[in-house]
Amino acid sequence: MSKSLRATLAAVVAAAGLVACTDGGSGDLVVYSGRNENLIRPVLERFAEDTGVDIRVRYGDTAELAATILEEGANTRADVFFSQDAGALAALAAKGRLAKLPGDVAEPVDARFRDPGGRWVGVTGRARVIAYNTNRVPAGELPESIFELTDPKWRDRIGFPPTNASFVAYVSALTEQVGRDRTKAWLEGLEANGAKTFDNNIVTLEAVADGEVDIGLVNHYYLYNEFEQRPGSPVANHYPGQEAGGEGTFVNVAGLGILEGTDRAADARRLVAYLLGRDAQEYFRTETAEYPLAAGVEPLPELPALAELRVIDVPLHRLGRDLEASLDLLKEVGLT
Amino acid sequence: MAGVAVAAAMVLPLAHLVLRASEAADPLALATSARAARALGRTVALATIVTAVATVFGVVLAWVLERTDVPARGLLGVVVALPLVIPTYVLAVAMKDAFGPSPLLVELPGVVGFRGAAAALTLATYPYVFLVARATLASVDPALEEAARSLGDRPRRVFRRVVLPLLRPAAAAGGLLVFLYTLSDFGAVSILRYETLTVAVFGEYRTSFNRARPAVLGVLLVATTLVAVAVERRARGRAAATRAVAGTRPSPRRGLGRWRWPVTAAVLAVPVAGAGVPLGVLVYRASLGSGSGERVEVLARAAVSSVGLSAAAAVVAVVLAVPVGVLVVRFRSRFATFVEAAATAGYALPGLVVALALVFFAARHVPLVYQTPALVVFAYVIRFYPEALGAARASIAAVDPALEDVARTLGDTPVRALRRVTVPLVRGGLAAGGALVFLTAMKELPATLLLRPAGMDTLATRVWTGAAEGFYRQAAPAALLLVLVSALALGPALRLAHRGGAE
Repeated sequence: MSKSLRATLAAVVAAAGLVACTDGGSGDLVVYSGRNENLIRPVLERFAEDTGVDIRVRYGDTAELAATILEEGANTRADVFFSQDAGALAALAAKGRLAKLPGDVAEPVDARFRDPGGRWVGVTGRARVIAYNTNRVPAGELPESIFELTDPKWRDRIGFPPTNASFVAYVSALTEQVGRDRTKAWLEGLEANGAKTFDNNIVTLEAVADGEVDIGLVNHYYLYNEFEQRPGSPVANHYPGQEAGGEGTFVNVAGLGILEGTDRAADARRLVAYLLGRDAQEYFRTETAEYPLAAGVEPLPELPALAELRVIDVPLHRLGRDLEASLDLLKEVGLT
Repeated sequence: MAGVAVAAAMVLPLAHLVLRASEAADPLALATSARAARALGRTVALATIVTAVATVFGVVLAWVLERTDVPARGLLGVVVALPLVIPTYVLAVAMKDAFGPSPLLVELPGVVGFRGAAAALTLATYPYVFLVARATLASVDPALEEAARSLGDRPRRVFRRVVLPLLRPAAAAGGLLVFLYTLSDFGAVSILRYETLTVAVFGEYRTSFNRARPAVLGVLLVATTLVAVAVERRARGRAAATRAVAGTRPSPRRGLGRWRWPVTAAVLAVPVAGAGVPLGVLVYRASLGSGSGERVEVLARAAVSSVGLSAAAAVVAVVLAVPVGVLVVRFRSRFATFVEAAATAGYALPGLVVALALVFFAARHVPLVYQTPALVVFAYVIRFYPEALGAARASIAAVDPALEDVARTLGDTPVRALRRVTVPLVRGGLAAGGALVFLTAMKELPATLLLRPAGMDTLATRVWTGAAEGFYRQAAPAALLLVLVSALALGPALRLAHRGGAE
């Protein structure tokens, strides 16, 4: 090859080599985080400062990171997995990739929001709500149960994100609770009612605020994100299934698991304890408006207290197995 | 031989795919299910339409710039190729914003769905055909066309009988790239909601944790690729070698007369749609946004990483493209065909599939390179190598092997003859291929996300991080910087390609 090409090649390889020097020390605690960097980095940095533990994080999509951990096998670099939802944790636990959480670190969290086998624990809770446009839906008109959404009076007024992991988990929870047939009928009813599909929760909520649809099926905390971006936006949350005998509201969790075979077990435990501690829980309370699950921290006053909320009574650890079936169901109905 | 090494590397993700697919409960049933067939049908329909339109655009635009007297050809060439710097996911978001429901500009029905996806992908990929076609036209011996004219053929006939056959290898190579890129694309089709096989694959990985099912769909993608490669070989024709001659006089150009400005306007309309509109929307929204914005040093470091990784990938891909290109063009053997098919099959695979394959091999067998920049570069080369190969092949095919024979009779070894005679002649084509790899690598997202060392960002990953909270507020600065850096590289890269070809 020509001299100039060789020179260019050498220069570029050198540059790539320089770039390689970003790799930190091998003694760091490695976290794989499906939670967004902009959100998590401050609290992880505070952990590193407070405890002196060096931490290295790789951010990615929760499901892709879970697949990565599975592909890596026993050689996984991860010590801790911070998941956006319980499904991924349950799936990893089912495949034996998560270690039992040491001692009593998970005790502070309500049993509903952690693995009964002790292999993962929820850090914050996220409720599945009906967000509605306050200008177009008077409060009295709001459906008590989501099953009412198949009524023709909601024709062309509903929006939801069927491909979103939270929604699929929601379908799994419904299937567990009321059975596959009833869930399928509900989904088919939604489709027949002209419900609009969106890519994710944010876009769905924006559509509600813009009046493109009147109600949206999203996670509760997106409302507060919307208020931050567009104060005074005409949207509010309605927690479905709260009437007596109702199916309840679905509360999923973002949570942590320690990887089987990690050589940083002690530091990993400290991270779990920290994220379930007062500082971190208050951080989540204000920064994301999620439900704190530990340290006795109350959620924002606008939110109904967890203790008083009627919650869908479905073991979260079962959702990992059900996700595939739910995906099939959605495809059958033609929503994905 | 270099060919074997390249083929082996490219086959890695395919091997992994087959491995995972074999773990499925009933792979054959899944692969032939109605759902899979629907997704496959949609995918092929989209890819075919996009390829047809993009090839026509690319060839026509290349001809206009190389064979007519439109003004400011250098600048126009860069502008026409501009959509290359826009990631398809950015283009799709901007299109949806400008023309979809609650439009910024005007609502065009069908933006969400097949028509929008086809339009977005056509605008994003026509430059592939354009660049390769242009390099070919620039390097061809004008004597052919002049001879035809002097023998009395009218310009239209010269085009049909001389120029089009010359362009067949380039159009076929470019068209194949477009077809396979469309197969693998996830950004545009997911945002504009047209479910192709790739969308189905991503969806499966994201919502179920069963890696076998998406792998079966991935195998369908590979099968489609192999069919496309076979079709392209037929379309390429027995490209009777045309003559590329160094230091030649420039080819004859048609005077356009009073059509000069209308043609220029028409030429400009295409990149304006493909690059101008998304940029405008992006800038407008970003200026309105109330986001906290990105820290400058984070963006700067991401930019350096992006450029470093992409440039490395471009160089490696081009260097590897030469031996395989020669192999395929000069030695029409079964082995050559196999190498080419293996090298190309990876192009249609979604980045996520390639990434997980590399995770598997590196984490379990070669931990030294796992989560290093080198592995990211390797992933880029696997994914985008066919861009370099296609360009190399088209250019090498245009070189008369007799030239090398002459050098050999004068005493050069075959390698030396290759280096001293053919390589200078194909430099333009190689540079075009390298530029394509560079620009595509700059935009790459899924493999980068999974394979990068912890703490390393590229501009594309910063866009992704910001988009999680609402695209415009956080993601816009990174997206604009990505476009800007790519555009800055585009100019010199094209000039290098063009000068090399016209020498």
